[in-house]
Amino acid sequence: MLVLVAQFVHGLATNAGWDWGTFGGYFFERSVMRALLVTLQLTVAGAVLGFLGGVVLAAMRLSRNPVLLAVSWTYIWVFRSVPLIVQLLFWANLGYLYDRLQVGVPFGPGFFSVETSGLVSSMGAALLGLALHEAAYAAEIVRAGIISVDQGQLEAAAALGIPRGRQFRRILLPQAMRAILPSAANELVNLLKSTSVVYVLAIGELFYQVQVVYGRNGRVVPLLMVATVWYVILTALLSVLQFYVERHFARGALRTLPPTPLQRLRAALGRSRLALGRDRAALGRGGRPGAALDRDAIR
Amino acid sequence: MSAAMVEVVGVHKSFGTLEVLNGIDLSVRAGTVTVVLGPSGSGKSTLLRCVNHLEKVDRGRVSVDGELIGYRRAGGRLHELSERHVLRQRAGIGFVFQNFHLFPHLTALENIVEAPISAQRRPRDEVHAEASALLERVGLAGRAGAYPRQLSGGQQQRVAIARALALKPKLVLFDEPTSALDPELVGEVLDVMRGLARSGTTMIVVTHEIGFAREVADTVVFMDDGRIVEQGPPASVLDSPAHERTQAFLSKVLA
Repeated sequence: MLVLVAQFVHGLATNAGWDWGTFGGYFFERSVMRALLVTLQLTVAGAVLGFLGGVVLAAMRLSRNPVLLAVSWTYIWVFRSVPLIVQLLFWANLGYLYDRLQVGVPFGPGFFSVETSGLVSSMGAALLGLALHEAAYAAEIVRAGIISVDQGQLEAAAALGIPRGRQFRRILLPQAMRAILPSAANELVNLLKSTSVVYVLAIGELFYQVQVVYGRNGRVVPLLMVATVWYVILTALLSVLQFYVERHFARGALRTLPPTPLQRLRAALGRSRLALGRDRAALGRGGRPGAALDRDAIR
Repeated sequence: MSAAMVEVVGVHKSFGTLEVLNGIDLSVRAGTVTVVLGPSGSGKSTLLRCVNHLEKVDRGRVSVDGELIGYRRAGGRLHELSERHVLRQRAGIGFVFQNFHLFPHLTALENIVEAPISAQRRPRDEVHAEASALLERVGLAGRAGAYPRQLSGGQQQRVAIARALALKPKLVLFDEPTSALDPELVGEVLDVMRGLARSGTTMIVVTHEIGFAREVADTVVFMDDGRIVEQGPPASVLDSPAHERTQAFLSKVLA
């Protein structure tokens, strides 16, 4: 195993094909940084709009009102069925289907109207597509969290006379978060990478931008690596965020919270200092040095 | 003789084809303790849940303190109340569950203050002070900041009782409050309930604790098969039951 890793690292370092010089040159290059910002904007806006929509859709789908239920079900069905890339192209070509949007009496006179192509820019189309797509998935994630909460919780809230909206926000959602968060983090990482799909609308996000550059200079692999490493870094940041948010919502679910990595590191340092001390003591007694350390390592 | 706090008249309730309550009539005087006994499946819990409209009755009516529960009368007919009104009525009736149903993500104190603040819109400071006093009353003065999972079953149920009392209810319903507890924890919960009974709280208690019934109850009700078989003071129902089904049940429970 170690040999394989060593070989791979050696290859990374010596194979000229990776071309680390070009990689380094473009990693912080201005157009790449600008593209990274666009990717981040799309991700954040898509996630916020998507999850807000998702909470509303999930609440509708769990409501007793048959109209709300049907609307939510249909929405989720449609937006999960259409591939994101197809949906994006639809939004971008909205002007082809309806050249004017008009507000007025249905089938009657209109009050004012706007030209569709002016209404939906390509960035708008991308955001609309991502948010609508995301909302459908987020709705199911939120619903999964909500139905995982013990029915008795709602019954207790109802017996106490807590108003319905408050039951949802204060009792249900915080408990549902425990089940929602891992899937939601998954979905967020997915969204981060899905933003690369909007390159079909010629939006200068990360993936589109590196394509533009390697289209010009022909250095495909190093530029793909630029995008890859940035995606990996962003995902890593999201994972750290996920850990702390999950920890926050574990209050009350666990008797004691798991230590954060920092706390664990501090504890480990403390322990090794302790082990060293024990080692010295063992030496003093004529014992075998390292015995204490071995035991620690096994643990 | 004081007025009736709870009036149950001709209540029927079915789940699908299963008839759970088969014409129940019951009257509970204010300030008294009524203990409902009976084999499992006899409809005791359903009856209790009908009193605060957690279950809708199919026929008959329930009123608490003269107010019809879950319905209003208009033009000689009954109309179901909106959810908001039902919730308001429930806030006046405490309910203690078999499995506590504390909110696990809130501390003991937060569990208690939630409903008085959000359902009754009472001032936060006043509610917090009362909640601390309630915790002391159920013997948990030092545990305000504990989460339910950090408490034993008996402690959780005592928090749940404090939570029900925080609404200053006219009536408290107990649905087998000690059935989910380890035997050695039953006593501490019953002690709290005894104290409540002495303070003049109107209580309906579904339980299997015959000793508690004998000691605390003003009225013992024996149910079987969705009907009230007999009712009366503990001395008559428990010690010289008139009905053979009561006799059979008691001999099994006391054996």
